[in-house]
Amino acid sequence: MKPKLIEAKCCARCWHDADRPCPDLIACLGDGPICHDDETCKQKRRERIAGLRRETLTRPVIFVGMGTCGLAAGAGKTLVAVQAYLSNRKMEADVVEVGCIGLCSAEPLLDVQIPGRTRVCFQEVTEEKVDAVLDAALPGKISADGVLGQHRNDKLAPWPDVPYLDEHPFFAPQTRWVLAHCGLIDPTKIEEKIAHGGYGAFTKALGELSPEKLCDEVEQSGLRGRGGGGFPTGRKWKFALGTKSDHKYLICNADEGDPGAFMDRAVIEGDPHRLLEGIAIAAYAIGADKAYIYIRAEYPLAIERLKLAIAQARGYGLLGENILGSGFDLEVVIKQGAGAFVCGEETALIHSIEGKRGMPRPRPPFPAVRGLFDKPTIINNVETLANVPGIVQNGAEWFASVGTDTSKGTKVFALSGKVSRTGLAEVAMGTTIRQIVFDIGGGISDGKAYKAVQIGGPSGGCIPESELDIEVDYESLKTVGAIMGSGGLVVMDEDTCMVDVAKFFMDFIQRESCGKCVPCREGTRRMLEILQRITRGRRNETDMDALERFQGVMYLNRLAEVIQDTSLCGLGQTAPNPVLSTLRWFRDEYEAHIYERRCPAGVCKELLYYRIDADLCKGCGLCAKKCPADAIMGARKSPYYILPDKCIGCGTCAEVCRFGAVVVE
Amino acid sequence: MVSSIEIQSILEKHPGARRDSLIPILQEVQEKDGYLSREAIVRIGAHLGLPASKIFGVATFYNQFRFQPQGRFHIQVCRGTACHVKGSARVLDAIEQALEVASGQTTRDGMFSLEVVACMGACGLAPVINVNGDFFAGVAPDEVKKILDTYRRKAADEAQTN
Repeated sequence: MKPKLIEAKCCARCWHDADRPCPDLIACLGDGPICHDDETCKQKRRERIAGLRRETLTRPVIFVGMGTCGLAAGAGKTLVAVQAYLSNRKMEADVVEVGCIGLCSAEPLLDVQIPGRTRVCFQEVTEEKVDAVLDAALPGKISADGVLGQHRNDKLAPWPDVPYLDEHPFFAPQTRWVLAHCGLIDPTKIEEKIAHGGYGAFTKALGELSPEKLCDEVEQSGLRGRGGGGFPTGRKWKFALGTKSDHKYLICNADEGDPGAFMDRAVIEGDPHRLLEGIAIAAYAIGADKAYIYIRAEYPLAIERLKLAIAQARGYGLLGENILGSGFDLEVVIKQGAGAFVCGEETALIHSIEGKRGMPRPRPPFPAVRGLFDKPTIINNVETLANVPGIVQNGAEWFASVGTDTSKGTKVFALSGKVSRTGLAEVAMGTTIRQIVFDIGGGISDGKAYKAVQIGGPSGGCIPESELDIEVDYESLKTVGAIMGSGGLVVMDEDTCMVDVAKFFMDFIQRESCGKCVPCREGTRRMLEILQRITRGRRNETDMDALERFQGVMYLNRLAEVIQDTSLCGLGQTAPNPVLSTLRWFRDEYEAHIYERRCPAGVCKELLYYRIDADLCKGCGLCAKKCPADAIMGARKSPYYILPDKCIGCGTCAEVCRFGAVVVE
Repeated sequence: MVSSIEIQSILEKHPGARRDSLIPILQEVQEKDGYLSREAIVRIGAHLGLPASKIFGVATFYNQFRFQPQGRFHIQVCRGTACHVKGSARVLDAIEQALEVASGQTTRDGMFSLEVVACMGACGLAPVINVNGDFFAGVAPDEVKKILDTYRRKAADEAQTN
């Protein structure tokens, strides 16, 4: 066993130890030694780093993608199968658990790298395929079969007939900065991260940049909050830097509550040190001595990886007291969220950390002036902080060179729903939604027609086909009634009912409303009721219900405006967005529900009508037996029929019919 | 049911705890016990110097906390947007019908408890359900019975070996 990177001294002249930290530690480990000039020492360091970068392998390495999505697809069983394969054949190979490379639909992913050759990624390697894949790959017989692609690496010999991963249609249009190392490096080893340049930005900031300069640099880069709001990060930091206080806090918001977004989870699981480095830089910039990571309890794996990463960073003296001899102290603490969507709101999040009900309070005072425990507090999202090391390392101009006039850099989107390739895609700002859905996502699955893409979660909106060429940018998305949000992109096809989608979001919002202010608490519930009435069938309706339904429809817009204008926090102010946006782009669907009492997509159960096709019915009577409302009549061996007045529209008959004789209208 | 000794040992890990330790303590107790009992809440209140009503106020605010014992197998059904679009409502219906319980309840034999969660972050593989930490991806309503049966068999096997 080789000593840890930090203990591996090139010669006796290396003086770094825990009591006497070296300010140039990271640079020295990377391209050192710095304090003395010696070719053999340099050679030693270079060899060590090349080994950690897996450029000089002595035995094969097998990587298994073990993010939460990989585990859900069966990566755990794949890993067991790999270990069994190796022990049965008494073969020597390293097995490494990595995070998620981003292409969830091809999971479980398994990579094989044999000495001297580039690393190859195999897709959909379920446990039963492991033997076949390894039988071919370990002796070096890799063909394009079942291969997703090979990683590009100039220092290693490529496979001749295997396509490159970065030419795959899912990866080619992406600009991977935040996700650069996700799924590639071992997230449980800080040494690998350092060998790939990790913590270089932090030591650069500590050694060369004053907090003021750091804030300036981040402001000039044009980085804006990736959690949804889009507030310029550098400017936010300056508020806290300019406020005098004995303690300041930094909070990393990893309470990824938006249903349909999972980029924060993937970053933490796959590359936790990038986040920690971003946190350390941000804390230094605002003068915070304690940082909290507020993370969802639903992400157990991410929490585990973070805990380990914090302990490792501490071991290298990159966190704790007097970091690398700079006099800067930082303690990082994990706080587990307890499941409340509203805790994504800054002041609610602060209350939650303080051990109170997570309810927002009016602003000002802003948290940057008075936040956690009444001290200046900055709250940044995971993706925002993960962007910071790149900016410090490469400069503001490098970052600002990508993107649009008002939105710089990249954005990670979580692509899900009815699209061929689902997963995480990081694209440059200014990429069109069409490119994301059709080029990266590979278009709609099962050959269906595109209907809409929902962006920004419960606070966002839908983008119809006519607006597909819109560029991703904080401002442009607002013009179509959507928001950037945290970056969840849920693709919907012709089988999705937009009224049902609006109802789904209102149901979510009214459950998650904290109840503090009346417009949000009562308004969202009334709004849900209106949508429920629209999608309710006429079967059990009396005269009064019909009137109420129409009254609701007439007041829908007005109610939405009141909620937007008078709610206390962002949750309430954006709550009507899903309804307003679907109403704007899919008015015809609302009209079909309201006037024709039918659901064009066939989703709203109560608006479906069932009929038995007499030609197809064999008269088996199964449907009549299973019908919970006794609405199906007939005699055996002759066609049955449904009594429309008694039918409750549950759809059981259509499910049980073996002859496809039940027609849905 | 956690004995009072176990609650005591959790509380002892937080000496001189202030209000900001409340949620972590609640989480630890629930982790041990599967739910928050009345006794546990009163004792936590005494430890922190807070009235039990305040503790209840905080605990009921968050979705994570339960006040009823969990079933032997705890089923979480994801109701995120992606899962919804891919038909998680029908999966939930199927589970509710098969177990004859509503979300938030436990079956009478204590075997299964059902919970709806906002999003598990496995949106690429929707619809997703999770039984005691095992993920099932791309679940169709007609597969539900099969999944539940595997757990019933598992319980029966364990009962036999004991």
